[in-house]
Amino acid sequence: MHRTPSGLTLPSPSRRTLLRGVGGAAVLGAGIPLLSACGGSGTAADPKTVTLGSKASDPVPKKAFADIYAAFTKESGLTVDVNTKDSNTFQEQINSYLQGTPDDVFTWFAGYRMQFFAAKGLATPIDDVWEKIGGNFPEAMKALSKGEDGKYYLVPLYTYPWAVFYRKSVFQEKGYEVPTTWDDFIALCKQMQKDKLVPIAFGDKDAWPALGTFDQINFRANGYDFHVELMAGKASWTDAKVRKAFDLWTEILPYHQEGAVGRTWQDAAQTLASKKAGMYLMGSFVAQQFTDKAALDDLDFFAFPEIDPAYGQDTVEAPTDGFMMSKSPKNKAGSLKLMEYLGTPAAEEIYLKSDPSVVAASTKADTASYTPLQKKAYDMIADAKNLTQFMDRDSRPDFTSTVMQPALQKFVRDPKSVDSLLSSIERQKKTIFASS
Amino acid sequence: MTTNITKENPEAAAVPPPGAAPAKKQKVPTGHRRLLTRRDRLTLGLMATLPTILHIALVWVTALASIALAFTTWDGIGFDSIHWVGLQNFKELFEQNPQFWPAVQHNVIWFVVLIVIPTPLGLFLAVQLDKKIRFSRVYQTAFFLPVVLSMAVIGFVWQLVYNPDTGLINSIIGANEPGKYIDWIGDPDLNLWAILVAASWRHTGYMMILYLAGLKGVDPSLREASAIDGANEWQTFKNVVFPALRPTNTIVLVVTIIEALRAFDLVYVFNGGAEGTELLSILVTTNIIGESSRIGYGSAIAVVLLLISLVVIVPYLVSTFRKERRA
Repeated sequence: MHRTPSGLTLPSPSRRTLLRGVGGAAVLGAGIPLLSACGGSGTAADPKTVTLGSKASDPVPKKAFADIYAAFTKESGLTVDVNTKDSNTFQEQINSYLQGTPDDVFTWFAGYRMQFFAAKGLATPIDDVWEKIGGNFPEAMKALSKGEDGKYYLVPLYTYPWAVFYRKSVFQEKGYEVPTTWDDFIALCKQMQKDKLVPIAFGDKDAWPALGTFDQINFRANGYDFHVELMAGKASWTDAKVRKAFDLWTEILPYHQEGAVGRTWQDAAQTLASKKAGMYLMGSFVAQQFTDKAALDDLDFFAFPEIDPAYGQDTVEAPTDGFMMSKSPKNKAGSLKLMEYLGTPAAEEIYLKSDPSVVAASTKADTASYTPLQKKAYDMIADAKNLTQFMDRDSRPDFTSTVMQPALQKFVRDPKSVDSLLSSIERQKKTIFASS
Repeated sequence: MTTNITKENPEAAAVPPPGAAPAKKQKVPTGHRRLLTRRDRLTLGLMATLPTILHIALVWVTALASIALAFTTWDGIGFDSIHWVGLQNFKELFEQNPQFWPAVQHNVIWFVVLIVIPTPLGLFLAVQLDKKIRFSRVYQTAFFLPVVLSMAVIGFVWQLVYNPDTGLINSIIGANEPGKYIDWIGDPDLNLWAILVAASWRHTGYMMILYLAGLKGVDPSLREASAIDGANEWQTFKNVVFPALRPTNTIVLVVTIIEALRAFDLVYVFNGGAEGTELLSILVTTNIIGESSRIGYGSAIAVVLLLISLVVIVPYLVSTFRKERRA
């Protein structure tokens, strides 16, 4: 390198620069697998402290969780040392986090995603805790908290349903009725289109919202059992039943908001909020997007319409979040105490006070303070015969993120290619599920 | 510039390899022994070994480990879950992965577009700015500014420009209503080009600064001579200045190839590598980062990326070394 008259540094094509280039390329290509040196907090064992790794980085849940821990400290005299990470980062690093020096207790999801780490021996079974808190939870929640070995690994805290959201005022004004069957649903979509509304708001830029749509159509059309088999990699994606689900989806795709792959789910929620769209299939956390109090009060939802009368509306997609204990907690006695506290109705009530977009996992929690929306969500989940979690929680996350997400984005844009898409999904599924 | 290096390198080579040489001479005591004190030898030894260890650990070990992993399946949990699968990952990649070949194609398109559009544009801007026009520094700063921004920021900014509902472009041309949508981010026929506009916007500034530096290094007497010979501006540029920029062109080529192969952050922020914008680097990331990751499979993609880089870089290295030897 030397200085030019203008004072600019002039890089010369030396061997060194080039080697650096090669090195850079090699590191880019090779370094990624080793980016795993991120662990939890390394505080020494202190009988008065329980460490807790949290993915609740958004202000509302973060405060809600902090309130629970404060109440726990008051009751037990144990301090909870919380280590909060950005929720996406937390999920991405969970592998190396649990293998390194994880916190005693950590926040996680129910379903396959919990069972995976339990089966790998990265979590401690907590059957003792469940002996005491078992009475607080309905059967469906108990099933969600068990690993494949039948032992309990999770204490659920809250849950929320996926449903079709709409604005009461719009339905009232135009005289729409809540559809309960597929035909009614299609008729309503047609009517909305005539009324210059976007029938179904949709944004799939983040690639997961389409997974939710598929889940609903599939368990309505083919039933819970088939859905579970499909998610577990046992049923084939080239099965005629799957094809039928996609045909039904193709039927309603024209009523979805255009240009979905380029739109975030938040932007799609805004079209519902501004009354430009009639309906929106989403998790109940969509309520967080309704910042205007009047609009929030106007928000309502109904269960996805029945497709096959044999299955009716018996399945509800209700992702559940809770807590797990890492494989060798430094303060096991304290951690058990904390888990036990987290499974009490009191802890859930404290959480819901600060975050009203979800409902308690326990049936013992007080429902008096629920908003009408929460009450409805609670009833919907309590009455459900089957609960599913969400495709990326019910199936292998590597399969959903690398195969299903791009495949469904492609389908949403070009539904005609469904046959080749399904056989491609099936081929990739086989190799992924075959590996370990 | 070339002359500079050739002058430097023989000098560097003339210095004896610091670690080994003095050790050998210990047995045959001569006057030379005093040349390097114990401390000097220690310092030199450290200077040679530390970087070597770092280099081996950070470049070679990781690269070789990654190549080895490409022939296995591994979910990243415990070393005993690594299973040897031979060429299966590659077979799967080439035959089954619907995103792989588009990704290779997009990396190539990325390179071609960067070479064809922003590079000549950068050269053009550099030539104009080299003419000592007024406010030259202001223009330089303006064009160079995007290079200072991180790619992620650029991706975020352009994503706002292209947003189908509220973005600048669709709002201006009225394409944000049902029936008239232009989906810049999601439509696979459009999104790669939309991102390449953003990438070119940055790359132009980068190329401009490289060429500007190159132009400052061109001997003014060459231009004088060509002016005396009666050449016009274009002839001077074509026959005198441009050939004198040869070393700069080489850097530009290498820089652009590297940019095309490492393209990642911009797209990742823009739309996460959805259909139409798949890139090898993004496939590596989506397969490796995350829970129950497919580390073997992701490494196989990384190995493909490494091979492509080698195909491009090795011929260049060979020719450079050959030139040095000749000099």
